[in-house]
Amino acid sequence: MSLDAAFRLTVGTLDLWLDLRVDAGSTVAVLGPNGAGKTTLLRALAGLVPIENGRVVLDDRVLDDTAAAVHVAPEDRPVAVVFQDYLLFPHLDALDNVAFGLRCRGASRRDARHRAQEWLARVGLGDRGGAMPRALSGGQAQRVALARALAVEPRLLLLDEPLSALDYQTRAELRHSLRRTLDAFPGVRLLVTHDPLEAMALAARLVVLEKGRVVQAGTPAEITERPRSAYVADLVGVNLFRGRARGDRIALEGDAELTVPDAGSGDVFAVIHPRAVALHRRAPEGTPRNVWTAPIVALDTDGPRIRIRCGGAIPIVAEVTRPAMEELHLDRGGDVWVSVKATEIVVYPA
Amino acid sequence: MAGRNARRAAIPRLAIAIAAVGAALFALPLVGLLWRASATDVRAALGSPAAHTALWLSLICSLSATACSVVLGMPLAWVQARAEFRGRALLRGLTMLPIVLPPVVGGVALLTAFGRRGLLGQWLERAFGVHLPFTTPGAVLAETFVAMPFFVLTVEAALRSVDSRLEDAARTLGARPLTVFRRVTIPLIRPSLLAGAALCWARALGEFGATITFAGNFPGRTQTLPLAVYLALESDPDAGIVLSLVLLVLSLAVLVALRHRLGSPA
Repeated sequence: MSLDAAFRLTVGTLDLWLDLRVDAGSTVAVLGPNGAGKTTLLRALAGLVPIENGRVVLDDRVLDDTAAAVHVAPEDRPVAVVFQDYLLFPHLDALDNVAFGLRCRGASRRDARHRAQEWLARVGLGDRGGAMPRALSGGQAQRVALARALAVEPRLLLLDEPLSALDYQTRAELRHSLRRTLDAFPGVRLLVTHDPLEAMALAARLVVLEKGRVVQAGTPAEITERPRSAYVADLVGVNLFRGRARGDRIALEGDAELTVPDAGSGDVFAVIHPRAVALHRRAPEGTPRNVWTAPIVALDTDGPRIRIRCGGAIPIVAEVTRPAMEELHLDRGGDVWVSVKATEIVVYPA
Repeated sequence: MAGRNARRAAIPRLAIAIAAVGAALFALPLVGLLWRASATDVRAALGSPAAHTALWLSLICSLSATACSVVLGMPLAWVQARAEFRGRALLRGLTMLPIVLPPVVGGVALLTAFGRRGLLGQWLERAFGVHLPFTTPGAVLAETFVAMPFFVLTVEAALRSVDSRLEDAARTLGARPLTVFRRVTIPLIRPSLLAGAALCWARALGEFGATITFAGNFPGRTQTLPLAVYLALESDPDAGIVLSLVLLVLSLAVLVALRHRLGSPA
């Protein structure tokens, strides 16, 4: 049992290309910045927007196949969605919201309400069935939306930013219970989010989507260790460079160069953790092989560690302590010497 | 409260004075009507069989016109709000036309379409032996023509304001498009549906020009309340005033019932 989706879809300026396989019983999170095409991807899988080219197959059932002119309507797909702001029907109470899908799929009114009550109890809201959506807290609305989606017993569960509409406290509380509920769901689980914490807390595998393309896929560890895009590097908080390797050197854009123990050959990524970047007011003498001068362009002084962004040919972020910053008067800006030991640079093929 | 006071203070006195004149323009005729009606024997005027017949016919015709407007106007509003097609602007203009068209012109236009020698009328007569002009169904048609735009416009605006993602959510839960419409869309726009139907009914109730032109002025058949008022003013002015008062009270009742709806969109 699995979801196989390979398709292309353009909406406005978004050009989405996707090739995705998700096995039942595992949760995959599609992580990406706003506008990457995450919501469009979910809408396409739900059948709400037709794909232009490609196939979507769920458990050997073809949901979309443009070559064979197959498009299964949303209401005929074994797919349920937990929408971003939950989209509970405002004119129905919590119980009838959950019963809605069951009624549409042919259950009698009594039976639907009975099963809806069970689902509400399962998400811990057995006593809130009579509440109208506007009377529910954000966390309760999220759980009602989840119960409503699960009640129709879909084969594929799609979640659009399931926790991002909630405040910080509620989000932390719900992350665990959502993870438990997802783990108990036997079908295919796919969620999209822009929040890496949410992605890693809920999913075993991540797919990074940028500008409609998958730029990286793998376990959270694989992705954070070897980021393959500026977006991921930014999320992880490391400096990422892309260049061409030659022996112990990596040629970057412009005339810049990094020295490493062994670069291999071809196009490579190089990652430098901000902790491994040292700053000096005078030219340093010592073992670091990478030394250059750069202007300070920005300071992030939140928290105990200070992040200093340097410009120039090799834009890089350094992390220093507050006393170090004060001693070197780094807060006044100006030019500094930057040094990085070759052994601190992680290199992998692009 | 401070903000509200500040805003009140910002209105120039001249504007307030002119506004008072404007309000008086609306208020004085009503007061005049009440003043004259107070001097007449209301019971006698209302008790006359002619008044009863006209009142009864008006209710039947206006309610029928409202029913027709809902049945025809609902899909029309839906198409105008949701469908993307060439000529949508033209269709919307066409739907709005009766609001700005002089009702008499509307009546003449109806005759050219549904009259005995009209575009569709002659065919209706030949094929089914149906003729609409100067009949009660004709009065209903004329009222529908004039009143339906109020329903369509109100409902179309409401449909536009519905969060279509709620309808998407319903579809992913297994609802067919008609079920979505019945169980999600209609409940969401219910207040506007009621407001649109009430406006439409009030407009149909007061319809004069198109009705008298297309359906004529036959007591018991096409002589609705506004027509009876017009006729009574010639023969029995007191009865005319009392019947006018009845129309006024009915219209006012609709407005009061809708006052929460008209102020805010949807």
